[in-house]
Amino acid sequence: MIELTVNGIKRQVDVVPEMPLLWVLRDELGITSPKYGCGVAQCGACTVQINGRAVRSCQSHIGEVAGKSVVTIEGVDNRNDHPVLQAWIEHQVPQCGYCQTGQIMQAISLLESIPRPTDEEINEVMSGNLCRCGTYPRIRAAIHTAAAKKMTGK
Amino acid sequence: MGHMQRLSRRAFVFGSAAVAGGIAFGSFDNAAQAAATANGNPLAVGLGPNSATFNPWVEISPGKITLIAQHADIGQGVGSVQPIMIAEEMDLDPGQFEIRFAGPSPAYFNTGFADELAPFLAADQSPAAEAARAAALESLRTSGLQMTGGSSTIPDTYEKLRVAGAVARETLKAAAAKRSGVPVADIRTQSGHVILPDGRKIPYIELAAEAAKIPPVLDAKPRDPSKWRILGKPMMRLDVRSKVMGELKFGIDLKIDGMVYAAVKLNPHKGQPLKSYDASKARSMPGVKKILEIKNGVAVIATNSWYAMKAVDMIDCAWAPSIYPAEQADHWKVLEASFKPEFLGKEWRKIGDVETGLKVGTLVQAEYRAPYVAHQPLEPLNGIGVVSDAGMEIWVGHQSPQAVQYVAATAIGLKPEQVIFHNQWTGGSFGHRLEFENVRVLAEIANQMRGTPVKLVFSREEDFLQDIPRQISIARHRGSVDKGKIVAADLQLAATAPFKGLLERMGAPSKDPDPQLAAGMWNVYYDIPHFRATSFEAQGLSPCTTWRSVGASTAGFFTESFIDELIHAAGLDPLKARIEMCAVPTYRKVLETVAEMSNWKGPLGNGKGRGVAFVESFGTPTAEVVEVSVTDRGIRIDKVWVAVDVGKVVDPVNFENQVQGGVVWGLGHAINCELTYAKGGAQQTNYNHHEAMRIYQCPVIEVRGLENDPKVRGVGEPPVPPAAPALANAIFAATGKRIREMPFDKFIDFV
Repeated sequence: MIELTVNGIKRQVDVVPEMPLLWVLRDELGITSPKYGCGVAQCGACTVQINGRAVRSCQSHIGEVAGKSVVTIEGVDNRNDHPVLQAWIEHQVPQCGYCQTGQIMQAISLLESIPRPTDEEINEVMSGNLCRCGTYPRIRAAIHTAAAKKMTGK
Repeated sequence: MGHMQRLSRRAFVFGSAAVAGGIAFGSFDNAAQAAATANGNPLAVGLGPNSATFNPWVEISPGKITLIAQHADIGQGVGSVQPIMIAEEMDLDPGQFEIRFAGPSPAYFNTGFADELAPFLAADQSPAAEAARAAALESLRTSGLQMTGGSSTIPDTYEKLRVAGAVARETLKAAAAKRSGVPVADIRTQSGHVILPDGRKIPYIELAAEAAKIPPVLDAKPRDPSKWRILGKPMMRLDVRSKVMGELKFGIDLKIDGMVYAAVKLNPHKGQPLKSYDASKARSMPGVKKILEIKNGVAVIATNSWYAMKAVDMIDCAWAPSIYPAEQADHWKVLEASFKPEFLGKEWRKIGDVETGLKVGTLVQAEYRAPYVAHQPLEPLNGIGVVSDAGMEIWVGHQSPQAVQYVAATAIGLKPEQVIFHNQWTGGSFGHRLEFENVRVLAEIANQMRGTPVKLVFSREEDFLQDIPRQISIARHRGSVDKGKIVAADLQLAATAPFKGLLERMGAPSKDPDPQLAAGMWNVYYDIPHFRATSFEAQGLSPCTTWRSVGASTAGFFTESFIDELIHAAGLDPLKARIEMCAVPTYRKVLETVAEMSNWKGPLGNGKGRGVAFVESFGTPTAEVVEVSVTDRGIRIDKVWVAVDVGKVVDPVNFENQVQGGVVWGLGHAINCELTYAKGGAQQTNYNHHEAMRIYQCPVIEVRGLENDPKVRGVGEPPVPPAAPALANAIFAATGKRIREMPFDKFIDFV
């Protein structure tokens, strides 16, 4: 049994330690917001936080996540009023929406390290997250809005 | 009698008396299905007690109101805008109804294909053109073909869903009139309630039982757009919040009690069978429950998707060889040799005397190329299936419900009506979910696992390997310019046939020339005295299918790049010349708008360049201006302006998002994507080989929707075709280098 904390709740799974966290979350624990897109850290759709850092869950073996704290979008603090999620809704970013939870988890992490990112900084941090529908103009706008919201505490 | 026989017997052929020169379109025999529904309304079957359905889109029970989204949601917003078109007329507010995707039924036949199937230019509003479209509509009605594609979501449903809502509203009012004794004229509706003159409010759901007992008020008219509450104004897409919160369940997120997980390894030589395999290593791997042999590969059944994928990876397979050339260079050779009479698709259009025209003034000749490209929506192909003695039930996101039934049934010896299909929210498509590899394979697997639900997920690598790509194409264009004018344009292309390929795999093969190979080539609206557009269909190459904007995605690049070459040879300004040559007033307005938006004033200099392109696809005229800078790290795309005329912008925010996404799609794939074959299989197996656009390359994209076209048009695909030629034309303006082949990064660096 491997034990980890997911969205504040202790969970135990009985799988091989090489299994990527992504598949533990999706198939073993039924948490489906992290998406399988590429399996090789090319798309970012599986992005979650481990101990507060945004990571690609398709590349994190569950054995190495043991004892750590995982947060998916279901478990983001204050999610109904979270400035990033709010900005994403305001700008109606999603089309198909499949990549968006990964985009949002990456954006939350971006704004934690750079509160008012420039376009150049957004490009640098967000370029690992692929959007096949091409919602990039809206992702950029939503990040700026979220940054402004955070600054003004709204 | 087998399905195929009935199909061919009943198949309607365009190109018969009604629509000369058109295409063949197979008919699905839905007689059995239709007979099982009351008045052709599939919702009548299985309707609960005290519930009402007035048409195939509205269902009211004592507990809830359900509106049917008839098309597939592939990210374009069907699951929002279609119910809202009904809700607008029913005076329902978001939150007062549930949404369900339509099951297979001829009641949902797509009227939106009529214009595309009638062999007339979109701008042609002549009586002959309209008659041909009416004939095409009739044959679509007869065939009952229910399909999402061809940017037809809004054109198909703009009228009928508003009428469906109006009928529901008026029938509910009639039921309230009957109950209260108040004349209908004195009754109104608001926010899910019928309101009587004394102010009493009756919720719609309370009227369901009574409304079910009276005939629907069929002559109800939809309201004038000036009266709209929701439509035509910025509105919140109904699926945005659940997608942002990670709550929306895509097909791949579905779970059914007792299900097992499957992964597959299929013959990379598309369509060819498995010869033999050795699963000895896989059998003992963790989580593995079973190894199955299927027609063109092997499947592993396991306790989760990852175990299944890891194990299937370890199976050694021997494959039957490909029936198309094993190496990419030979694909190009076949294509190069296809400009011959025996491969003629069709001479689609001829104006004046091209051969004579080409002898006037300066001759310009150019060859263009476009490679195979993969679709690769981010949600890989998947599905859940369970087979019992009664038939198969399948949960899969797909654009052709009836074809899913046909393909699954054919794979395992069932009748199509024995397949129960549940459509799912999908993580994109771009044409991928019009194909069937996951459906066919899932049917085979589930048939060997009878009674147990099986969830199939393609690995990204398998999805790439089985992706039936966009057509590959070469254009050989000639033209002439004289005294500052284009005199002649002789446009010829050879390509694989995407639409015919799709039809064949749907069980409705066509012998007629592929109309998608004309798209973007024959529908040129410039006043050119001598003009000809001819397609050749290459044989024996990779299967191909529809890829966002289909034929126009390649031909639009060829045509609008070549027109640009002619304009430059004539010494004219690319945008002013297009405006002056444009023969359709509403289309000219599109070009004028993009000129105004971009403040076009000719060459920019200082290492900057602008290019313009104009393509009408699926009836929607779209003009784009792309601005680039030459930097020491390569070409940077700074800004794009788009003007597009859809007759009516129904959902403005989503409209802008769709247009921007189309531009990103068109630019990204033009810059860096191709699918090539080696040893019979695709060489690109993940996004690092086939990347398209990421955010760092994404320009600012300014969009304006126009409403001058006499018809309501779609916008999912039309922004794609002008993007590549506008970019190539901008690169020419900035550098003097003319790029005539996609992907462009083979010839020039990009930031």
